[in-house]
Amino acid sequence: MTWDTVIGLEIHVQLSTKSKLFSGGSTEFGAESNTHVDLIDMGLPGVLPVANKEAFYKAIRFGLATGANINQTSTFDRKNYFYPDLPKGYQITQMTKPIVENGSIKIVTDDSEKIVNITRAHLEEDAGKSIHDLFDGETGVDLNRAGTPLLEIVSEPEISDAKEAVAYFKAIRQLVTFLDICDGNMAQGSMRCDVNVSIKKSGDTELGTRAELKNINSFKFIEKAINFEIDRQIRVIESGESVVQETRLYDSEKNETRSMRSKEEANDYRYFPCPDLLPVVISDKELQEIKESLPELPEEKEMRYIREVGLEESEAKIISSSKAMANMFEEASTKTDDAKLIAKWLVGDVSALLNKDHIEIDESNLSSENFGKLIERISDNTISGKIAKSVLEEIWENGSDVDQIIETKGLVQIQDESLLKEIARKVIDANPDQVAAYKNGKDKLFGFFVGQVMKETQGKANPKSVNEILKELLQ
Amino acid sequence: MTIKYKTIKEIKSMISQNEISNIEIVQEVYKLIDENKHLNAFITLNEENSLKKAEVLDKSSSNLPLAGIPIAQKDLFCTKGIRTTCASNILNNFIPPYSATVIENLEKAGCISIGKTNMDEFAMGSSNETSFFGNVQNPWGQKLVPGGSSGGSASAIAAGIVPAASGTDTGGSIRQPASLCGISGLKPTYGRISRWGMIAFASSLDQAGPMARTAEDCAIMLNEMCSHDEKDTTSLNDKIPNFEDNLNNSLNGKKIGIVKDLDLSSLDNDVVAVYENSLKEFVSMGAELININLPNLSLSVPTYYVVAPAECSSNLSRFDGVKFGRRSENPKDLEELYIQTRSEGFGDEVKRRILIGSYVLSAGYYDAYYKKAQQVRRLIKNDFDSAFKNVDVIMTPTTRGPAFEMGSKGSDPIQMYLEDLFTISANLAGLPAMSIPNGNIDNKPIGLQIIGDFLNESTILNFAHMYQKVTNWHNYTPEGVRQ
Repeated sequence: MTWDTVIGLEIHVQLSTKSKLFSGGSTEFGAESNTHVDLIDMGLPGVLPVANKEAFYKAIRFGLATGANINQTSTFDRKNYFYPDLPKGYQITQMTKPIVENGSIKIVTDDSEKIVNITRAHLEEDAGKSIHDLFDGETGVDLNRAGTPLLEIVSEPEISDAKEAVAYFKAIRQLVTFLDICDGNMAQGSMRCDVNVSIKKSGDTELGTRAELKNINSFKFIEKAINFEIDRQIRVIESGESVVQETRLYDSEKNETRSMRSKEEANDYRYFPCPDLLPVVISDKELQEIKESLPELPEEKEMRYIREVGLEESEAKIISSSKAMANMFEEASTKTDDAKLIAKWLVGDVSALLNKDHIEIDESNLSSENFGKLIERISDNTISGKIAKSVLEEIWENGSDVDQIIETKGLVQIQDESLLKEIARKVIDANPDQVAAYKNGKDKLFGFFVGQVMKETQGKANPKSVNEILKELLQ
Repeated sequence: MTIKYKTIKEIKSMISQNEISNIEIVQEVYKLIDENKHLNAFITLNEENSLKKAEVLDKSSSNLPLAGIPIAQKDLFCTKGIRTTCASNILNNFIPPYSATVIENLEKAGCISIGKTNMDEFAMGSSNETSFFGNVQNPWGQKLVPGGSSGGSASAIAAGIVPAASGTDTGGSIRQPASLCGISGLKPTYGRISRWGMIAFASSLDQAGPMARTAEDCAIMLNEMCSHDEKDTTSLNDKIPNFEDNLNNSLNGKKIGIVKDLDLSSLDNDVVAVYENSLKEFVSMGAELININLPNLSLSVPTYYVVAPAECSSNLSRFDGVKFGRRSENPKDLEELYIQTRSEGFGDEVKRRILIGSYVLSAGYYDAYYKKAQQVRRLIKNDFDSAFKNVDVIMTPTTRGPAFEMGSKGSDPIQMYLEDLFTISANLAGLPAMSIPNGNIDNKPIGLQIIGDFLNESTILNFAHMYQKVTNWHNYTPEGVRQ
């Protein structure tokens, strides 16, 4: 029996607004517990929410970038349930009329592309955090996060396996960071996701019963959790039982999912329109302004890099894949004319260093200005590519200025032909055996002479000149 | 000199004529509260602060519109640093860190907030019998209820302790106690007064308003209570008139709507007679009576008892023992914490409404109840809209009768819910409405309800004030007609 997997994702994206969705409380991450909490966030008796327009603008950016419908009049509903980190006993969300509906996004897996449709993206407030491990036998509540604006992005159940799910999540992450609506920081919980997984017999049109996997916050865990869950559901069905509709928690330590609550135990959220908030209306003018402020998106960048800058497709893809990388490329390009050389270095040596340290380029010591200067010094022949590599490594360590490193270490390339000739002669004179062998047809030895000259000059000789001089002298 | 039974206007004149000092006023108020302890009108007093404020006022001469006026605040408004209970055990120990906008507005106008008045628990009730702090007594009779939910405010004014008080009205909670205690009370248009800091019962119906001896004092109070508040998105941004400006306009040629669909046959003959007499009074001032139809009016009570409990069931979820208010002792787990805290903290009527509300919002019932009720609500609003094309105000009795005895409505909540038969529709439609005293039955006062068009409090106050210029019912006190 072969099985088809049907997956839908609900991704919660924390919008990078200064204040919360319904209060003036700060959204800054990492503050001392319960210090970024105002009267509204606490849900004190008598307080009222006021919707933060900035959150709407950010949601609309997402909607426009995914070709979605923007509901210029959208409303809020209350989702009622009890939990200690939910101060009001209800969450304000957009159930009936979300701000964004019917968008789509392109995802890329190993060798294929696919369009995943987005059912809706709605605004809602985040809950606080319950802290279970700090107090013996008691639970603490930190409300700093309570009221932080979330955009919940709901995909259609069109994703067919774990790899596609990860590709979808990555595509959303790339988009929201490019749009500057979320910092994309998964370790801090800026993006979290719930995954709905079901299986059905290959060819069946009817969907199977789904399980919802809760709150997974890394690419690796999405893949593992889904694969575990698919295997589990196949085992359940093949043993003659049926999958029950339930919410399951993924345990990354044991790499398994386990039941949190079944459908019967599920809350009846008693949704109804929030009477404290009037519908939020976005004017045509506001919508137009947001449209005009949209940044260039990855795909557009990639095309432009190929067409206008003349980059190779593979280079353009890598550079446009992350906002930080694209920023580095574009800013460094203003410092030097040789954009192709910038691309070559970004994709080559810089990427290698990034991979080694597992960081993003904006977390490194390399500034776009310094990087641009480094490339400029290569193209104006001040330093050789080899020297540039060591300069880059030094910048990587401590962020020093390119020119300063070149000056203090005396790394300026030797261009003086007569000086180079003199050194070359010395090398030839000192190695009569190798000269004889070379002249007898051992061409490979040419590299030996180049190496010796480089050694004599501590790598500062212009390699092109060295080649020419040696060829002439060894004839 | 005494301020007992005096109006705001009279006390202001006494202060400006130096007939009485601010401190003497405050001292007398607390003396009156003490003498009327049996009324149980107050939950928490604010004596020390009030004396201090009076002292400051005595040292300067203030021109503020309510300078030195002692006002009682319903215990549903948050008052910074002063316990605010909503007459519930669950908020028994709650001291808010902020004040409601309406409290700030009144205090900025110079008033002295004397104390917090008793009420039905979370404003759910029509007799003040649901308060955790015990019944309020109506000064008109030992066993009589003051009405509710703003019963403490109404009782304190009727007993002459304060000239005015704040109240709130979700289905009649200002107008019904005003009627039963023989005072004037106005529920403004929904959105006129900010709800920031009002502990929510049913958010789409709740509205604060003034309660006082006269319509003129209600206008003075309303001028200070209204404001557009950015902290409340349902607060209206329309121009706020001076509500005293039109009090003396002639009623000649003005049109009063009389509701044909209203069945008065179930009322006592006395109640109908009082109502009809006051209509005659308006006719003699030149007003015209016009029959109008409000065909969906009879659906008001059932509609209200879906919408209000639904909203309350959600609004009261925050009282869970986690962050503020009362928490039950030694729960064994989270669920028990919730169950015990809420079981001990809420009274029966509040629990009943939370249950009704949770039921009508639950999956599978939402469309049949809540959604349907919202549709009916729209129809009721439409009825009023068409009626107001032809009339300036609509008049009905405020209540089905005068004050009843405590416990007399028995255990059937429906009997109590019908108390609000005439008042509820104004809340559902968001319209301003007022009750003014218009007669006495067996030495118990009763009120006339005047409903106005959207944002048209001025016209209501004009009718009410002109009536009070030619009648004396507003001057009746439990101790006889005041001079």
